[in-house]
This record gives sequence, structure tokens and C-alpha cells, in this order.
Amino acid sequence: MANVAYQLGSSGYAANSAHSAPHAHPSWSPYDNNGGTCVAVAGNDYCIVAASTRLSTGFSILSRDVSMIFKLSDKLMILSPGFQADARTLHKVLQQRYIQYQFNHSRPMSVAACAQLLGNTLYYKRFFPYYTFNICAGLDEQGKGAVYSYDAIGSHERSGYAVQGSGKDLIQPVLDNQLKAASPLVLPPENWMSSLPLDQAVDLVKDAFVSAGERDIYTGDAVEIYIITKEGTRREVVELKKD
Amino acid sequence: MVDPKAAAAVHSGHDPIKHTTSPYVTGTSVLGVTYRDGVLLAADTLGSYGSTKRYKSFERLCKVNDQTIIGAGGELSDFQYILTLLEELSNEDFCADDDAKLSPKEIYAYLSRVLYNRRSKMDPLWNSLVVGGVQDGKPFLGTITMLGVHYSDDHIATGFGQMLARPLFRERHRPDMSEEEATQLLHEGLRVCYYRDKQTTNKFQIAKVTTEGTTISEPFALETKWDYKAFVNPGALAMGTW
Amino acid sequence: MFRNQYDQDVVTWSPQGRIHQIEYAMEAVKQGSAVVGLKSKTHVVLASIKRTSAELGAFQRKLFKIDDHVGIGASGLISDGRSISRFLRNECLSHRFVFEQPIQVSRLVRDLADRAQVATQRSWKRPYGVGILSAGYDKTGSHLYYNCPSGAYYDYKAMAIGARSQAAKTYLERNFEEFAGADVDALLQHSLKALSASVTEDELSADNTAVALVGQGTPFTILEGDALKPYLAALKADEDVPPPGDGEGEMAEATDAAASAGEPAAPEEGAPAAEGPAPMED
Repeated sequence: MANVAYQLGSSGYAANSAHSAPHAHPSWSPYDNNGGTCVAVAGNDYCIVAASTRLSTGFSILSRDVSMIFKLSDKLMILSPGFQADARTLHKVLQQRYIQYQFNHSRPMSVAACAQLLGNTLYYKRFFPYYTFNICAGLDEQGKGAVYSYDAIGSHERSGYAVQGSGKDLIQPVLDNQLKAASPLVLPPENWMSSLPLDQAVDLVKDAFVSAGERDIYTGDAVEIYIITKEGTRREVVELKKD
Repeated sequence: MVDPKAAAAVHSGHDPIKHTTSPYVTGTSVLGVTYRDGVLLAADTLGSYGSTKRYKSFERLCKVNDQTIIGAGGELSDFQYILTLLEELSNEDFCADDDAKLSPKEIYAYLSRVLYNRRSKMDPLWNSLVVGGVQDGKPFLGTITMLGVHYSDDHIATGFGQMLARPLFRERHRPDMSEEEATQLLHEGLRVCYYRDKQTTNKFQIAKVTTEGTTISEPFALETKWDYKAFVNPGALAMGTW
Repeated sequence: MFRNQYDQDVVTWSPQGRIHQIEYAMEAVKQGSAVVGLKSKTHVVLASIKRTSAELGAFQRKLFKIDDHVGIGASGLISDGRSISRFLRNECLSHRFVFEQPIQVSRLVRDLADRAQVATQRSWKRPYGVGILSAGYDKTGSHLYYNCPSGAYYDYKAMAIGARSQAAKTYLERNFEEFAGADVDALLQHSLKALSASVTEDELSADNTAVALVGQGTPFTILEGDALKPYLAALKADEDVPPPGDGEGEMAEATDAAASAGEPAAPEEGAPAAEGPAPMED
């Protein structure tokens, strides 16, 4: 199985049933890319988590209101753009592990613990990966924003903010420029968490999604935003263009 | 030429492992809409063998229980296998005798696992499924692809219907439609599928779920119109073609 | 010296038609401290007495959360109880993974009973040495089940198991008619009153008592320590008022009613220990 080079792309029978005879498929792929963009921003006392709600395949929009954000708790969320079936499975696996952790340890999982678990879970499928590009975000044990971003096979890093998914190339440079966070490359190290006040950071995230929706066909319809502070978690939905 | 691996398998007394790489007998689109009192699903009754109309009265909409119906496109033998799985689950409910029946959402979740697990074994069940039902007095409509991708929405169309009928639904569908309006909308969707998808025949069924239970209609045909002048002599209005 | 030939393993019948190993396992349930369970139409409550192994030891927990909608109380060999709770938790998680909905309580206890039954028919196994009261709430309502080491399981309106549970059972039989319509606080008070009947030396305290609650809109929650104090205070206040009506005739009537409400009274269905002295004492 490890030797198979998967070709990504839509693979429904629909496209092929247009042909005439039952014939060997050119190549069936176990993967699809359902698009979508997600962003997380960590502040000193907040964490913003946002994801578009469009589900696509190829040039089709499958649905306009499908969440990519999986809430493990009010203060801990996983965002997974990429292949929706893998994302859903990953979320379910993590949900199980999250409950088992609580049975075993009698306390909720910290963001750091969850981040490591997510990394391990992804790496466990190193040779048949979950085709998802995750962000794990929430408030850490000091109440600071915590954002971890991953590749499909589990390598990860904590950072002050992260962007993943189809609109990444559009949004990442904007956040690099606007979030007022020191580069992790600066020496001696400086605090790389965003120094923006919460409301400005939220506005920036909304603007970023509106802009990505303008140019990326896989980002649109709406963006779902969770604003996590120690007072609690607030959910907002901002409509995006539906084209 | 004998495949050496397959030959070895025969010698060792085992069949070679076979996976579906293409479908044989297929059904095309399934359409579904929610409305005020429940859910309607619609599909034609054709099982195509390539471009041959192989089975002309194949019922692609099935009742699962009093609150759930399911419709399928894609490999029809795989669909019949899926129905046996659901039958087993329903039998378990019956034998448990505890008044608990699988709800539409449970069936939807279960089937998404089945299809995902099979794709993960690189041995997919070649179907697009639509699950319709009423749960807690509210309509539920969801779909699952052969890869395990699944979502629920107010209106759904699989296969060619996604391109042909879904735009109509997006324009005209309202969750508070009456049954007549919803049926009308489905007819429009089916008609355009019949006009433009050559794997659709003019023999359809509509299945309905409400709090009252499920019904699947007798097959019916839609009124169609082919005698447009442009069709009779297509070249007349486009000089120099054909 | 007399030696019973028919109690050496679980796959041997005695000529009287009994399997002594199973009966011994059922005796183990009676040696554990008491657990009481009772339900209204919308909620189920479990109450338990916890023991310590030593003056300086902690009190051993015997109520376990299984899922948001179900939990258990164990009496007997608590190590078996923990093994069972791990099994039940996994069943619940797997069911949620596949169906995205909580498992029916009736099916969960049936799965446990099937598992317990296997241990009564294999020479290399031993029956569980623990009785399990399961409290749960699902789409078919509130449920209270008792799972016996024999593999039998029973549906109850109210039940008590463990040491001196007969006293608690008597209380439940006298009062069960009030339970169906009772609110949560009343249900909790009934559970504590029933439980206190099974206590001899000490009285119920925030240390040795644990109560659990589950029901409509209430995920399974264990109340112990400080969280329990107001309920124990209310119990104490109530005890100072003498209970009305204590006639013997009344009790017999209530027992009959409870028996028809699902008590496993038929001898051929289990509980042979009730027919005479326990085989261990033969």
C-alpha cells in the first residue's frame, strides 16, 4: 500500500459514468480535497479560531455550511481543512482519546497534551496519512493563547498564529505583516505572540477571510469564529460571498 | 497470460484478493429536499450496464425503518450489500425488543463509517448514498460519497444531479415548502436530469418521510417536450454546421 | 472431613442442579458494602457506602461514570468492577464512534450480561465477583438495572445490593410508589434514607458516602465529599422527625407490589441462594 502514489483530485463515479462502457478506471484515489481555510491567532489572554464553512470537490460546491472546527472543549479546538472524511475520522479518534484521558487522569486535557496527541495520531498513519492540515488551538494552563500547526503526517510547532488550507498562501503574508508579532527568528528571542488587542485581531481575521474569499474558490459562504478568553467562549459567524 | 500472483493464490488454496476498481451496473443521480413536514427523495429506476439500459425497474429508493429512507447511485450490487447491512441492524433492533430504532442520524453516521472504512481498505463500496428521515420532529437529509465524505443539507443531489438539479434547488428551495411545492421542485430537477443525463430514464420514484412514516411512490413518467423546431431541423438555425 | 465434590469448578453441575461456583460469586456481592439505586420517570440515583481498608486509608470508590448518560455502582470485588467499567466505557465509546449517539442502556447491560455469562461456561474462567447496578437515561427513558455474576440481569424501579442491603430494600419497597413522580432532591433524599438503613456502626458521612445522579438534561455526576454535605444535613434534619406509619401489614403489601414490579422472585430464573443456606456453609 505504501508503494502506491495517490493522485489527488475528485474521483466520484459521476465523472466516469459519463463514459460509455464499464471499463477500468484510470486510477481510483482514496483521497479528495474538499478545500477550506482556517486561521488561529494566539494573544496573551485570548485565542481566536476561525474556519470557512464551504465544502467543495473539484469545481463543485457540495455544501455551504459544514464546520471544520472540532470542539474538544470550550477551550480546546482542532481545525482541519483538507479531506473531509479523514478530518471527521481524525476528530472522532481524538474525541475518544479525549474522553479516555479524562477517565484516566480525572482532568481535561491541556492544549499541550492534545497537541502532542494530535501529532502522534497523525504520525501513526505516516504511510497512509490523514490528508488534513490541522491547527490545534486553545488556552494553555497559564491562560495564554496556544496555537499549534501541523503537516499531514504530524510534524508540528507552537506559534503565535497559524493559517492552513486552500487560502493559506493568501492569508499567511497578511498576518505576518499585520499581527504585530515578533518573528521567531529574532535573536535574542522575543515574545512571538500577537500583541494586538483582541478586537483588532478579530477584525483582522475577518478581513483576511473576506479577502481570501475574493480570490480563492474554495473559501467562501461563511466563516465561523470562536473567540476564547478565560471569561468564556463566544461564537460568531460572518457571511462571505457565495460565488 | 496468467497473473503469477493470482496463480500462486490458486495453488495455495486461496482466492486472490479482488478490489473494486470500476463499477459495473450503476444508478445515476439521487435528489433530495427537505420540506415543511419531512423529506422527499427522488431517483429514476435505471440500472445501467455501461451505456446499456440493463435493468429498467431497479428501485434505488428503499425504506430502512418508519423514520428513514435511503437512496443510492453508483454500483447497484454494492447498494444491495449495504441494504443487507442495514437489514441486520434493523433485525438487531427488533430482537432487542426495547422500543429503540435506529434514527436517521445514526444510520447516516453508521453508513459514513462503512463507506470510509472500505475506502481505507482500498476496496470501496462504489456508491453515493442519500439518507432522508425525520428525527425529533425535524427533517434530516444527508449524503455520503464512496470516499466517506459526508454532509447534511436542506437539499442534496448526487452524481449529475449535483450539476443539473442542485442549481434549481439553490434558487427555489425553502425549508417551509409544502409537499406539493417540494414535489414540483423535484419534478423539475428530475426533468432536467432526464434531458441532459443520458443515464437517466423517464421512470421515476419519489420517496417520502414524515412523522407519519414512509411511503415510496409507484414509478411514474414526467411530461417532456421534444418537438421544438430547433430539434426537428437543428441545422436550419445554424447554417454551416452539421 | 466433608468436602463438596461439586464446587471445584464452574463447569460442573451438582446433583441438585446447582453450579456452586456461580453461587459463591453471588455471595461475594453480598460481602461488598451497599449500593442503592432508584429512579423517577426522568432521573436515576445511585448511592453507595465506601469502605476503608485501614484507619489511615482512603475510602474506596465504587461508583463509576461510564458515559454522559450512564454510570454504575459496584458491590463485591471492586477490582472486577473496575474491569467491568473499562469494558462498558469502551462499549460506549465504540458505539458513539460508529453511531454518533449514546448507546441504549438496555443494550449496554445486555452486553455486560453476555460477557458475564461466558465466564460461567468456560473451565478456564471464573465468574465476576461483583454485582453491578447501572443507572442510565436514554431516548426510552430512565433505567436502573442489576447485573448478577451469573449473567442474569434485571430491570428495577429501585434496588439495593451488598452488605445489609435487605434493610435498604425494605425501605425502597415501602416507599417506591413515591419515586416515579419524585423530583431530583426527593430522589436523592430517598436514596440516602435507604442507604442509611444499611449502615450499622457509623452513620453516613461526607467521607463514607457517594451519590450519583443521571437523567434528563443531567449528565452522570458523582456527588461526594463537600458536594454531599447539604444532602446529608437535610437527611439529618429529616431523621429527627419520626417517620409516619410503621406497621408490619403495610410492609408485606409493599413487598408484594415490588415483587410484581420486576423483582426476580421466580426460583428457576436465578438466585438459588435465596432458597436455603448458602452452599459455602453446607
